[in-house]
Amino acid sequence: MNMPATKMDIETATPTGTAAPVVAMTPKRPPRGETYARMARETAVRVIPSLVVVALLMLVWELVCRRAGSALPPPSKVFKDTKELILDPFFDHGGIDKGLFWHLSASLQRVALGYSLSAIAGIALGVLVGQSVWAMRGLDPLFQVLRTIPPLAWLPLSLAAFRDGQPSAIFVIFITSIWPIIINTAVGVRNIPQDYRNVAAVVQLNPLEFFAKIMIPAAAPYIFTGLRIGIGLSWLAIVAAEMLIGGVGIGFFIWDAWNSSHISEIILALFYVGIIGFVLDRLIAGVGKIVTRGTAPN
Amino acid sequence: MTTYLKLDHIDKVFTRGAATTEVLKEINLTIEKSEYVSIIGHSGCGKSTLLNIIAGLTTATTGGVLLENREVNSPGPDRAVVFQNHSLLPWLTVYENVRLGVDKVFAKTKKRAERDAWVMHNLNLVQMAHAKDKRPSEISGGMKQRVGIARALAMEPKVLLLDEPFGALDALTRAHLQDSVMALHQKLGNTILMITHDVDEAVLLSDRIVMMTNGPSARIGEVLEVPLARPRKRLELATNAAYLKCRQRVLEFLYERHRFVEAA
Repeated sequence: MNMPATKMDIETATPTGTAAPVVAMTPKRPPRGETYARMARETAVRVIPSLVVVALLMLVWELVCRRAGSALPPPSKVFKDTKELILDPFFDHGGIDKGLFWHLSASLQRVALGYSLSAIAGIALGVLVGQSVWAMRGLDPLFQVLRTIPPLAWLPLSLAAFRDGQPSAIFVIFITSIWPIIINTAVGVRNIPQDYRNVAAVVQLNPLEFFAKIMIPAAAPYIFTGLRIGIGLSWLAIVAAEMLIGGVGIGFFIWDAWNSSHISEIILALFYVGIIGFVLDRLIAGVGKIVTRGTAPN
Repeated sequence: MTTYLKLDHIDKVFTRGAATTEVLKEINLTIEKSEYVSIIGHSGCGKSTLLNIIAGLTTATTGGVLLENREVNSPGPDRAVVFQNHSLLPWLTVYENVRLGVDKVFAKTKKRAERDAWVMHNLNLVQMAHAKDKRPSEISGGMKQRVGIARALAMEPKVLLLDEPFGALDALTRAHLQDSVMALHQKLGNTILMITHDVDEAVLLSDRIVMMTNGPSARIGEVLEVPLARPRKRLELATNAAYLKCRQRVLEFLYERHRFVEAA
């Protein structure tokens, strides 16, 4: 498995020391077909093991749940029961009788709003706590206690405060995902090398320029660690919160399916929740990778 | 010649809880315009602390720094520092690293195009214009230090402060950079204050060598004039009697009279 990878590195490497005169040489390109064959081989090597594992698990599940009187449906029955939901995710029969697309999109909108608010507030508070010793002494103990409160414990309080399900759900997402963002940002700001601070001092950057040109780039790897944990937590929280507040949303869809004993629908919804959680995580990780390019210390 | 930079009765005491450590005691030094002065001493003698005080990054406990007869006690581009570990910002390109300081210092006095030209001029001075779009992680240690020098020069400092600028480089790269700094000093006539622990480097580059005693309570032990004509050539000096005599004096000071006891 390592062989093709090393081969590729050598072929794509570019000379970095440009001091010596470099004779232009056209690298020998392998024929197109060979390139594609190698790419296909590499993809297969990565994808096949997980496909095999999934197939095996499905097989076990099918065998365990196929006998009569089984509490949970086997995969074949899940697919048969939910075929309509899978094939037509866009139907809308009014009320909460909508396709899965609408449920997922309602949940995602809540997450987008709550998470955006917590990202902004979290980075701001993190910078404050990281930069000021007094803010840290005052706020850090509070944060350490509040962050251990489970997401759903906030829900009754926020319902009492907002008297409405929608803002309450958004608040629960906000309050769940903000702590890792605050804490990681604070650590990142505290860890800005003294060298960078000295450079800023000699150049006489004002606080605003220091924030934009030194602090944010230097702390970006930490900030994105916090953001990535935060997005995972907010997706966890929304499903639970929606079960309680009702209305359109993937959480309530699961709860509703349970109340109507549509176990297959629950399984389908869990599948979607998992996939979307994975995509959200990768999305933030990808943005982080692009933004923090070149910020690694050298 | 008149006094340009003056260190006036500088003491520095670090206090941690009840414990106090006196690092520097009664540092008096005057430096003239266009002079190249080195400060040499064993590690831990407080020479970096002294440079930080001049740069304004640390404050002196008593005494002060006068630049052109005005007290300076906060950092500023008139005393640009070349840091030991280059301290380039890794997320900026070589050009942007130099441009950062230029944009601040010449915000009002130079137009955009002029600032661009000025950055390129300074990168050319250190022969780094070819790498202007590279990030610090893509260039060698010696090149990073060249960019660090360009960044400091581009601020048009009154005094250029070098904090063991070649300490982290291999011997060949170091010699090459020393020659570059000598050439720049010759060409631009900067006032330079350099911290070093390398005797040959101090003698080769300096007009005067300030030798510091061991800490705590480090003082200026001796100041040596280096009576060598410029431009100086590394190879010719190797057999020059005056050069060898200066070298001998510094070595005697460091290894006989103020041997670094803890290093044993």
